[in-house]
Amino acid sequence: MKGRGAGMEGVPTASMSAGDVAPGKYAVLVQGLTRRFGDFTAVDGISFSVERGEIFGFLGANGAGKTTAIRMLCGLLAPTEGEAWVDGFPVVAAPEKIKRRIGYMSQRFGLYDDLTIQENVSFTGGIYGLSRREVTERGDLLLERLGLKDYRRRLTSSLPLGFKQRLALGCAVLHSPSVLFLDEPTGGVDPLARRQFWDLIYELADGGTTIFVTTHYMDEAEYCRRVSIMVDGRVVALDSPARLKQQTGAGTMQDVFLQVVGR
Amino acid sequence: MTDTVIPILVEGLRKRYGEINALDGLSLRVEHGEIVGLIGPDGAGKTTAMGTVCGLVRPDDGFARVMGLDCREEGQRVKEHIGYMPQRFSLYSDLTVAENLRFFADLFEVSSSERRERQERLMAFSGLAPFLGRRAGALSGGMKQKLALCCTLIHTPDVLILDEPTTGVDVVSRSEFWTILRDLAGEGMALLVSTPYMEEAALFDRLILMHRGRAVASGTPGEVRSRFGQRLLEVTGPGIAKARERIVGLRWPGVDVHRFGDRLHVVHDLEEEDAGIREALARVDVRVGPVEPTIEDTFISLVTHSPEAAG
Repeated sequence: MKGRGAGMEGVPTASMSAGDVAPGKYAVLVQGLTRRFGDFTAVDGISFSVERGEIFGFLGANGAGKTTAIRMLCGLLAPTEGEAWVDGFPVVAAPEKIKRRIGYMSQRFGLYDDLTIQENVSFTGGIYGLSRREVTERGDLLLERLGLKDYRRRLTSSLPLGFKQRLALGCAVLHSPSVLFLDEPTGGVDPLARRQFWDLIYELADGGTTIFVTTHYMDEAEYCRRVSIMVDGRVVALDSPARLKQQTGAGTMQDVFLQVVGR
Repeated sequence: MTDTVIPILVEGLRKRYGEINALDGLSLRVEHGEIVGLIGPDGAGKTTAMGTVCGLVRPDDGFARVMGLDCREEGQRVKEHIGYMPQRFSLYSDLTVAENLRFFADLFEVSSSERRERQERLMAFSGLAPFLGRRAGALSGGMKQKLALCCTLIHTPDVLILDEPTTGVDVVSRSEFWTILRDLAGEGMALLVSTPYMEEAALFDRLILMHRGRAVASGTPGEVRSRFGQRLLEVTGPGIAKARERIVGLRWPGVDVHRFGDRLHVVHDLEEEDAGIREALARVDVRVGPVEPTIEDTFISLVTHSPEAAG
């Protein structure tokens, strides 16, 4: 199977050690990923894969290890053990390559409050090394689609939360990443803004972007094709929402979660 | 605490900030033992409404009363009856759980014997008892919210006002938090609570959907759902991507399609459209059938289709 993976775009042949699986086949491939902080094991040997174009829900209680795992997948934190590939690249050996291939948006948005919408877009384009023309073309397209075009001269600090959220999404996908990590992207956002946000997420997924999302909204968990649930650093459940409900006999994802995580 | 007094009574509240009508004739009431939910988009006026009830915001018109006391004229006495937890409740992260509780007890001039008795009860029902000596900064998100709640309850209020107390808190902690709220209501407390989580909406005794400073619907969760003024079809099956294209391709102005994982929800206005939508999907591999709207569906329908929303 190694040979098949070697032909995949962007997959380094020498560093592959994923056994029978070709990392390039998956958007995210995780094998025995572990992170310890002193005596504390935040992420405890997790293994799973996410297919290209999939919307994957990464759920768990506060403190279950989700953010630590995401930081490793984004190449921001080195694993203690195990390996992971994102868009075919190993997070340990090629963290810089990964950073160019992923988009990341968190509940804190990471926008510059004292810049305008347009300036935030241009600045982000600069960070990713996009040409001025690329920034203009793709930026205009995104601002139009996000409903922000008429507000591009507005100072970011003056925007309602829902607008900031859409701008943050725009900045996270400006460089056309193949995998988009969303860490509680809709925290504190109202129902209407949330629904509009998810319409955009589906559009991105239809265009081939893989979506890796954490959320505390269990109705959003139902929007995912598959979800994993983490407890104390381990993935204890992983399947489609429909099958998880079937397996646990629960009526909603909320009940599934309470059963799986319930202390 | 007399049962004849309405714990929270709000009539025709108006509040303007420059050009913005933060409150535009809001009326509501909360009875003893009731948990009433305020739901609405950012800027709907939820926080201003809560601030008025707490006597922190002076209304331009209308009134708010807590336990029969006018919130504008008798603000100081009103505060004795209210526990208020704002969106960003400040705990002292360097102080322990016990020290935080003592600080808020002192603030509300609770005597030390009263405080000890109250603290014991609060710690028992919040499950925080084992953590009395832990610094607040070292608590998990869910535990911090519980401690904040305990601090607002230290002076035994009749009325509890919570502004998005469960935002950012995981499902398990949220469920525990709701058990606590139910216990408090069971003791006769009146609770006014805002939340962005629609799955919590069904847990309220009554709901008020707010939009542009006023209530666009109110009642029990069932009554609110019955205000959904449109038609809702659910589309399921392997062909939903195709189905979506077909429906969007109809270009009918009143028809909205939303995707929810393995299903589509098609919202439309007219009975005639129903047949047209089914016809467009006749040769697509999907099942089509009417479904009951959720509170979120109702909310979105009311705020996007009400005449005020158009302006």
